[in-house]
Amino acid sequence: MKLPTVPDFDEPVIGVEGASVRYLVPREHVGTFKEYAIRKIQRRIFNDEFWALRNVNFQVKKGEIFGVIGANGAGKSTLLKLVARIMRPSEGRVWVKGRVAPLLAMGAGFHPELSGRENVFLNGTLLGYSEKQIRERFDAIVEFAELKEFIDAPIRTFSSGMQARLGFAVATDQKPDILIVDEALAVGDTAFQEKSLGRIREYQQKGTTTLFVSHAMGEIERTCQRAAWLHHGQLMFIGDAKEAVDRYLGRLPNTL
Amino acid sequence: MSKEIETPFYDSAQQQNAWFLEMIETLKYKDLIIHLVRRDVTARYKRSILGVAWTMINPLGMMLILSVIFSQVFTTVEGYAAYILSGLLMWNFFSQSTVTGIGSIVAGGDLFRRIYVPRSIFAISAIGTGIVNLIISLVPYLIVSIAVGKYPTIYFPLVIVPIILLSFFSLGISLIVASVGVRFADVVEVYNNMGLTAWMYLTPILYPLDVLPPWLLSLEKFNPMFHFIKLFRDPLYYGNMFYPQLLGICFLLSAITFIIGWIFFIRMNDEIAYRS
Repeated sequence: MKLPTVPDFDEPVIGVEGASVRYLVPREHVGTFKEYAIRKIQRRIFNDEFWALRNVNFQVKKGEIFGVIGANGAGKSTLLKLVARIMRPSEGRVWVKGRVAPLLAMGAGFHPELSGRENVFLNGTLLGYSEKQIRERFDAIVEFAELKEFIDAPIRTFSSGMQARLGFAVATDQKPDILIVDEALAVGDTAFQEKSLGRIREYQQKGTTTLFVSHAMGEIERTCQRAAWLHHGQLMFIGDAKEAVDRYLGRLPNTL
Repeated sequence: MSKEIETPFYDSAQQQNAWFLEMIETLKYKDLIIHLVRRDVTARYKRSILGVAWTMINPLGMMLILSVIFSQVFTTVEGYAAYILSGLLMWNFFSQSTVTGIGSIVAGGDLFRRIYVPRSIFAISAIGTGIVNLIISLVPYLIVSIAVGKYPTIYFPLVIVPIILLSFFSLGISLIVASVGVRFADVVEVYNNMGLTAWMYLTPILYPLDVLPPWLLSLEKFNPMFHFIKLFRDPLYYGNMFYPQLLGICFLLSAITFIIGWIFFIRMNDEIAYRS
């Protein structure tokens, strides 16, 4: 077996360059084509601009666990969507080197009537794997999720913790280059949380970059080296995770 | 998963040949399409006793009702039950796959907001489900057609040609309506209800062509579904080889609609992302 090459931890893998996301919010709701056509002729279409992100710049290096914090609606999820290429910035540029795996919250993409087995395949193909790849890794995935005896039951009979475990096992079976985690880094009961955190740490040492959004400041301080604080779509601070949390919580005087 | 794949690089500023890149991306997800189709075909009947048999029972029931009513009116059509069933199968394939395809792009749902998947996948998988249902429905068709005395000929396997051509046409229509419908919900509403109903009755599915007045008959050549259903009925109901001209028309219709739909959809891709 070939030894993995030592990852270069100075190499930037995510670049956000002057990225802005602008939503156009119609001042009055124009939901139908008829109404739109009439208003267009009368020149009565007014849009308000809403900047979910405004001129955000930063880079994340290989192997970092990078936290993103901020109040609700500060643009954290929008930022993750840019990196996950779900949407493109209205201005600026975002580039990502490597394979991105989103950690889907609680069984998103699972179909309740299908069995655990069928859902592993469905979820795996959603993440961009081929049928063959999943077949090869199927046993390892189920083993990690500790769901061997239930795997042929419909997923609606699984508890939410069990679904989360299966989702985690599918998403993290292969070492991604970039892992995107919205809210819960660890899933399931305490024992499984240990196991899942262990896997993420192991990947991190091998060069996986983690983008981590959370409202649990303790978790951010514990797991991240660096963090970005977003406020109303603007980057207020980027740097040491502890300092970012302190600034966000108002424990340090803000220069801005 | 064992072998190392080359590191992909994503750049949001890269927008040249977006239509081509999207097509490559879509092809990478071909296994997902298969699983989505399998999910749609099996999950739908998971808790029912008859299971997939419903796929055959639905068009049969429709056909039975319609042929009981209309066989009194159109007595001239030979094997009337087989005539309407052949038209209905093709029409149902078209209407169902576009309606579900448009719905899954416009309503999108949770998945779109959490994970990157080429969005056209959902329209394509709706078509795939339609193809599977249509092929399963050919079994009851053959039973009915033999029962009314119309035996399949050696041209029967050619039905695959109109099915493939109509698939691309349907995909094009799905993408066009979905692109507009993301912005204006009423466009989807009009298409799903009034649009499809009117279109169905303007297409000779339930009635033979010769009941149409000459002025309407001369307009039928502008109705794409008229050509597709004719192309389908030739090998299936009439048991003939289709005319090369008709094949050419259908090929052009599906190619043009698909290309317009695809390009339009790629242009609206950002808008769809921002609105779902």
